[in-house]
Amino acid sequence: MPEPAIHVADLRKTFTVPVREGGFLAAVRSFVRRQHREVHAVSGVSFEIAPGEVVGFLGPNGAGKTTTLKMLSGLLYPTSGEVRVLGHVPSRREAAYLRQITMVMGNRNQLQWDLPALDSYELLRAIYRLHPDDFRKTRDEFIELLDLGDLVRKPVRNLSLGERMKVETAAALLHRPQVLFLDEPTIGLDVTMQKRIRSFVAEYNRRYGATVLLTSHYMADVQALCKRVIVIHHGRILFDGELATLAADFGADKTIAVTLKEGAPERIDFAPYGEVLGSEDGKVSIRVGRGRAPDVAGRLLHDLPVADLTIEDPPIEDVIESVFAGASAEAPERTPEPAATR
Amino acid sequence: MNATPIRLVSPLRGLVDVYLQEMKIAVAQQIQYRAANYMYMLGMVAEPVVYLVVWQTVAAQQGGSVAGITAGQFAAYYIVWTLVRNINIVFTPYGWEERIREGRLSAQLLRPLFPIVEDLGFFLGWKPVVMLLWLPIAFFLALIFHPVLNPSPLAVAVFAVSLLGAYLIRSLNQSSLGLITFWTTRVGPVFQLYIAAELLLSGRLVPMQLMPAWVQTLANFLPFQWTFGFPIEALVGNLSTAQLLGGLLAQLFWIVIGSILVRVVWRFAVRRYSAVSG
Repeated sequence: MPEPAIHVADLRKTFTVPVREGGFLAAVRSFVRRQHREVHAVSGVSFEIAPGEVVGFLGPNGAGKTTTLKMLSGLLYPTSGEVRVLGHVPSRREAAYLRQITMVMGNRNQLQWDLPALDSYELLRAIYRLHPDDFRKTRDEFIELLDLGDLVRKPVRNLSLGERMKVETAAALLHRPQVLFLDEPTIGLDVTMQKRIRSFVAEYNRRYGATVLLTSHYMADVQALCKRVIVIHHGRILFDGELATLAADFGADKTIAVTLKEGAPERIDFAPYGEVLGSEDGKVSIRVGRGRAPDVAGRLLHDLPVADLTIEDPPIEDVIESVFAGASAEAPERTPEPAATR
Repeated sequence: MNATPIRLVSPLRGLVDVYLQEMKIAVAQQIQYRAANYMYMLGMVAEPVVYLVVWQTVAAQQGGSVAGITAGQFAAYYIVWTLVRNINIVFTPYGWEERIREGRLSAQLLRPLFPIVEDLGFFLGWKPVVMLLWLPIAFFLALIFHPVLNPSPLAVAVFAVSLLGAYLIRSLNQSSLGLITFWTTRVGPVFQLYIAAELLLSGRLVPMQLMPAWVQTLANFLPFQWTFGFPIEALVGNLSTAQLLGGLLAQLFWIVIGSILVRVVWRFAVRRYSAVSG
């Protein structure tokens, strides 16, 4: 079995943050006696990712995704636990490590605002000490893959958000990193641009065998790129496995879509079969409990003149939402009482 | 799959390349905003012109000189001052504050390069443009205030080298100050203290020889005068060969001290950043 590209064991990150009530008196009190409390952003996370694997890292805002990615990239020092990426301890921030990774944070600009992206690319070539021939080859390859064309010759400030994200993504990968931490890489982009970035990441992964850990609130990103997902909430992992089994594990329901044959009675009451979600162009969608789905499907086929019938898992967004909803109901208070005063 | 590892150039070639690219980018930006930059430089001339007019007036009232400095020498001092001041523009602690607050430092920390190297290269790239823009300003100031200076070739050479020394000392000092932001979030008050000390102890406000003896003694133990007074005096002050070369050695000493200080503070600062930054 190959050595994992990313190894994380019992990783924790606790921030100590100042707290005070609003108002003048509270401001004066905090001047004399500052209160702090501990926020457990990541609480004992463990997982491994194999070389070349593309994994979705899912969770609501504040779940601990970005904090985990920052610890993996070396931007944050873990409070405790073990992290190894490509055999390196990220918090040491060795140049040899930084040369093998990249982190793309949506809406963060690392290019020179006033100059064409090509100038920034040259600077990155120098910073990463890339051989000019290899750099040019990679750059031209990315320009073609992302259909950048003349965008790299315009000042970055003149580009639209989508165009800027494309040139930014190319910039982040020019040194051909082996591990990609992508934190909301498509945030704020239109559907076409999202697809372009997605297909680029997929192609990069295919060509260079890179390992990818991706966070995104757009499930289309995750579905297009990731076979495996890790779901995190309140700093803890709720699910780690194939995206396909997520629905099986957490989706309590199935959706049965029925289309009746022509000439079938127009007014049929589907309520006895399950919760009717809607009807469109002769196709009726019914939600039923996962365990009841085969039975209900059988009854529908028996009772009615069915032309077509499909049993589907609910949309992945709904499944994820139900995972978080379940976890929230069980989760302990996330931010305990002030733990220390200074 | 094309998994051929990308080839790297040698560390030295890489470093030289970083400086060259940063300088190219700085020049390109300067040219793009040439009008704004020129206005900025013109605005900066106001400070020395005020000092110059005051001291020339005092000199005239005291029979032509103050502590042996004539009106023409004052003019030379403050006209050269304008160049030294522009060479001394470096990445300020306010820049560090903004960089940390807006999260841009994270992107830099992900790169395999000490961020201060990027700053040094970028601001060094400004200097050739600054010098070009300065020439007409110096010409007009010379027409108005009639400077007197007779530097030797050695003095001119030492002046040129000392400009680089001054730039490095001031860059390293201000980077160290900027790193305080990792602990304080706001760096303004500390920076203002630094500027006050610099005004009094560097020759920026008045030539050091006009300062009381105890101030001059104090200044000898601090880096400030090697960033303003020394480069200016090297060109206009008729310094001896020993003074010229000794001054360069003093600059080298403060560059070494500044480099060590930045390295040490950086180690603690980045640990602090990676401990608390959300």
